Amino acid sequence: MAEFVVFAVFALAALAGAFVMLVARNPVYSAIGLLTTMFSIAVFYVLLDAHFIAAIQVIIYTGAVMTLFMFVIMMIGVDRDEDTSERLPYQRPIGIILAIGFAGVIVVAGSGAWVTGSASFAVPDLNGTIETIADELFGTWTVPFLGTVFLLTIAAVGTIALARYGPTGPRPVDDGEEPT
Amino acid sequence: MSGLELLVVSGIKVVVAFAFLVLTVLVLVWVERRVVAFMQNRYGPNRAGPGGILQTLADGLKLFFKESMTPRKAQFLLYIAAPVLAVVTALLVFVVIPIGAPVTIGDTTYTLQVTDLDVGVLYILAISSLGVYAVALAGWSSGSKYPLLGSVRSAAQMISYEAALGLALVPVIMFSRTTSLAGIVEAQSGTFGGLLPAWNIVLLPSFVIFLIAGFAETNRAPFDLVEAEQEIVGGYHTEYSGMRFAFFFLAEYINMFNMAALTATFFLGGWNGPLFGPTWLRYVLPVIWFLIKSWVVVFLFIWARGTLPRIRYDQLMAFGWKRLIPVSLVWIMLAMVAIGVRRFGLPWA
Repeated sequence: MAEFVVFAVFALAALAGAFVMLVARNPVYSAIGLLTTMFSIAVFYVLLDAHFIAAIQVIIYTGAVMTLFMFVIMMIGVDRDEDTSERLPYQRPIGIILAIGFAGVIVVAGSGAWVTGSASFAVPDLNGTIETIADELFGTWTVPFLGTVFLLTIAAVGTIALARYGPTGPRPVDDGEEPT
Repeated sequence: MSGLELLVVSGIKVVVAFAFLVLTVLVLVWVERRVVAFMQNRYGPNRAGPGGILQTLADGLKLFFKESMTPRKAQFLLYIAAPVLAVVTALLVFVVIPIGAPVTIGDTTYTLQVTDLDVGVLYILAISSLGVYAVALAGWSSGSKYPLLGSVRSAAQMISYEAALGLALVPVIMFSRTTSLAGIVEAQSGTFGGLLPAWNIVLLPSFVIFLIAGFAETNRAPFDLVEAEQEIVGGYHTEYSGMRFAFFFLAEYINMFNMAALTATFFLGGWNGPLFGPTWLRYVLPVIWFLIKSWVVVFLFIWARGTLPRIRYDQLMAFGWKRLIPVSLVWIMLAMVAIGVRRFGLPWA
C-alpha cells in the first residue's frame, strides 16, 4: 500500500516535471522540470529495490548533467528572450501522431508478458546489488563494457579536438589565467 | 521487527537526529566565533550565558522575528524553495552516519544511525550533489546580480570538487570492501600489530584530498569565493533576510558538521575506540569517541578559516582540475596495485 502511494506521487511528479519542461517559457523552469522527472525516476528504482541504480541515477543525471545544464543556462544569460517562432511547419502534427502511436505501443506492451518479462525474473536481492552488478559487468559483459568505455573516451577526445581546432589550425587558448 | 515497531523506532531516530543536529549547530556557531576570535586576538561573543554560549540562540530568535523581505524581481516560488532545499539536503546526509555502536536492548539490536544503506557512500554523494541546486536557484531566483555571480561560482566550484571528493573515497571503499557506512566503520575496528588502530587515515593522500575537497564542498575558507563578502556582498544569500536567511545559515553549519562527521567515519575509525567499564558505559563510549573525532575535524575547519587567505577563482579551478583530480586518479591506481599484490602476490613471485 505504502509502495503504491509513493509510486503514485512520484509518477505524477515525473509527468508534471516533463510537462513543465516542455511548456515553460523560461529555460530555468524547464531545467527544474527535467530535474523533477529524473529524481522521480530515481525513486522508482528505489521502489524496485535497485538502490545502486537509484544512487547512480541521482549522481549522474540530477547531480552532474542537470547541474551542468543549469550552469550553462546561467552563463549564457537567462534574461534573453527565446525565439519561439516555429521553423518546422509540420512539427506539431507529426509530434501529435508520434505521441498517439507511442501511447498505443505502451498499452500493447503493458499487456504482453513477452515485453514485461516473467515474474520469476525479478528476484530482489536487497543486499549486494553492487556486487551483483559488478559480477555481470566485469564477468559476463567485460568486452562490451570496455567497448563502451573506448567509445565514450573517443567521443570526449573528439569533442575537445573539435572545440580546440578549427579548419585553419588551433584556436586561441583561454588558459584561465588572470590578464596581467 | 514488525511494521509498527519499525515505524516508531525510525520516527524516534529521526527526531533525535534532528534535535542533535540543531543543538550541534547552536554550539558550533558559538565555538567557531570564539575560536576565530581567539586566533585573531579578540574576545568574540562572551555576554549571553556562560562564556556567551547562548549567543547563537539569541541571534536565532532575532532572525525569527525579523521581516522576510522579497526582492521585486524575484521568482517567488523558487525563491522560497531554495532555502528549504538547502536545509533538507543538509539534513538528509546525516541520515546514514553511524554515531555509535549498535545497542542491544532485550532481544533487539538498534543501530545508532537513522538507516544503514548498502549504497551509503553513493547516497551521500548523490544528496550532496543536490545541495548545489539550493545555492544555484537561490542566486538565480533573487533577480539580482551579486547573488547570480555567487551562484554561478558555486555551481562551477561544487561540480569540480565533487569529482575529487568522490575519487578520494574510492580507495576507502576498495580497502573496506563495502559502501555501507556502518561496514566501513566496522572494517576499521582492528589494530595494526596490536598497537596502532587500523584507521583508514593510513590512506593519507585520500584523507588529505577528501579534507581539501570537503572545505571546497562546504564553501568554507579558503574556498569561500561563493560568498566572498569583499567582492560580491554575500553571494547567493544576499537578498535573503529573516528566517529564510537563517535556513541557509543552518544548512551551511549542518553541512560543515556532516563533512567533519564523514571525515571521522571514513578515515578516523568512526565510533571505534577503547571500551571499558560496565555495560552502559560500553554503549556511551563509542558515541563519545565519535563526537571527539568529529569535533577535532571541526576544529581543523575553523583553523583553516582563521589562518588561510581566500584563493583566487582561477587558482581554485586550476587546483581542482589540474592537481587534486590527477593526484587522486594516480592514488587510486596505486591502491589497486597494492590490493592486487596483497591478493595474488608479487607478479614475479
